[in-house]
Amino acid sequence: MAAQVELFLQTLISGFLLGGLYALIGLGMALIMGVMRIINLAHGDLMMVAMYVAYWLFTLFHIDPYLSVFVATPLLFFLGVGLQKFLINPVMKVESILPHNQVILTVGIGMILANLATVFFTSNYRSTPVSYASKAWYLTDFWKNAPIELSLSAPWSLSFLAAVIITVALWFFLTKTDTGKSIRATAQDIDAALLMGVNVGVMRAVTFGIGAALVGGAGCLFIPIYYLYPSLGKQFTNVGFVITVLGGMGSTEGAIIGGVILGIFESMTATYLGMGWAPVGRFLIFVAALVFLPGGVASILRKQRLGK
Amino acid sequence: MLEIKNIDVLYGDVQVIWGVSFEVKAKEIVAMIGANGAGKSTILRTISGILRPKMGEILFEGKPIYKIDPFKLTELGIAHVPEARRLFVEMTVEENLDMGSLRGEARVRREKTKAMVFELLPRLRERRRQLAGTLSGGEQQMLAVGRGLMSLPKLQMFDEPSLGLAPLLVREVFHTIRKINGEGTTVLIVEQNVKQTLLVADRGYVLETGKITQQGTGQALLGDEHVKTAYLGV
Ligand SMILES: Nc1ncnc2c1ncn2[C@@H]1O[C@H](COP(=O)(O)OP(=O)(O)OP(=O)(O)O)[C@@H](O)[C@H]1O
Ligand SMILES: [Mg+2]
Repeated sequence: MAAQVELFLQTLISGFLLGGLYALIGLGMALIMGVMRIINLAHGDLMMVAMYVAYWLFTLFHIDPYLSVFVATPLLFFLGVGLQKFLINPVMKVESILPHNQVILTVGIGMILANLATVFFTSNYRSTPVSYASKAWYLTDFWKNAPIELSLSAPWSLSFLAAVIITVALWFFLTKTDTGKSIRATAQDIDAALLMGVNVGVMRAVTFGIGAALVGGAGCLFIPIYYLYPSLGKQFTNVGFVITVLGGMGSTEGAIIGGVILGIFESMTATYLGMGWAPVGRFLIFVAALVFLPGGVASILRKQRLGK
Repeated sequence: MLEIKNIDVLYGDVQVIWGVSFEVKAKEIVAMIGANGAGKSTILRTISGILRPKMGEILFEGKPIYKIDPFKLTELGIAHVPEARRLFVEMTVEENLDMGSLRGEARVRREKTKAMVFELLPRLRERRRQLAGTLSGGEQQMLAVGRGLMSLPKLQMFDEPSLGLAPLLVREVFHTIRKINGEGTTVLIVEQNVKQTLLVADRGYVLETGKITQQGTGQALLGDEHVKTAYLGV
């Protein structure tokens, strides 16, 4: 019995930590979705780029991946702004001809990034063996006679904490600055935002940049606990997509909750059904969200707040 | 202050505004009245730069504005309170007001203007932290007016400010518009609520299927036979 409780709690903890990181991936995608009304299918590949940045900084200069956040996020921001301005935006202007061509374009961008990574860095698996990789805290360290044993991995905890800090910083940006408010306003009503003097075109580029920076940050937080190869982006694009649907298209709060739900759910499927089942769990939750909660978590939040 | 010269406006291939000309002089309240689908909102959207005239010119303080990026118009001193309010419903009352003062002088004087708006519309102060989407219809209209005022406009344009409001609230909204005008803001109202609008307006225009068919002082139009039968139901 105790062993079962232990396993369950341990799985819950891992799922929650994973969910915090997933939330960061989903947040970036949800922001882009909200403002630009497109699904960024290059999202995971942008994360992969950031992971290579962190990898090379670690391998060549021994820079800790957590410090690389400060390099990779600005880099990804400018990459995102550039992609939006020079590739996606020109295609958006011909929206009336083919409504989904921007989404298809993001697929192409993702493919190119993944292929470039293969060409330059080969398809080898890589990782950043940080010194604290296997450090952990145990429940019995704090409570001698605990009936069960739980552990908290140091890099996982650190990554989670960093994800929380980035999320809080994003919240401050979106609620306390004019640019942040303008981004939210653009997501809610483009024409009204224009009437308020919001330069909607610039907001789109900035939002894409921020979305890329967020997933780039997530990449740096993932690399100490994961491994890296050029085509890993697809998997994380899927994660972001499922979270965006689960959270409610474009809702940032929904993305946070959706990320945590997905993290816990995947962790549970991995523990109780086996490692290989996580993608199946992801797919199940995706379908369940579409069928039972078409507006996502955001629709519940909205109902509570606006009463409609 | 605002001169519309012979504009044609099309949605795709469909022309909805035909050679419309009118003007709004400084400090005036000008009304444009017309039935559903006459093209009132289309005209305001064209002035705001969301739509472009196919033909004709729009001048503000003597300068052409019909080629300027729409987001630059607030800075010139034009505020557009859109039809159905178009508030940012998932933002608070105060955040909506902040959105009205993003640029230039209005940004610098944000807190001062906000205090003034709260003075004018005290309900908004009480509800400053409430989400705009949870306000009543009348409060939402007040917020839309207040948000427009935040840009310190020289010209404030209202698209059917009385839409969906109970008679008592309609009076309150028009009262507020008059008060704003009294403090020096020029006003252009498009409305279907013909009586109330013409009562506050210095001058008015009648728009019918995209063309101006009549014009005159508010009083004159109120007494006009055609206006009476077509719009006042008497
Ligand atoms: N986006 C659009 N695309 C095509 N036609 C449009 C569009 N918006 C409006 N129209 C048409 O243009 C005409 C004028 O519409 P507009 O909204 O300007 O009328 P209005 O006078 O504001 O009416 P209401 O009093 O109902 O608000 C209508 O025939 C309408 O169907
Ligand atoms: Mg209208």
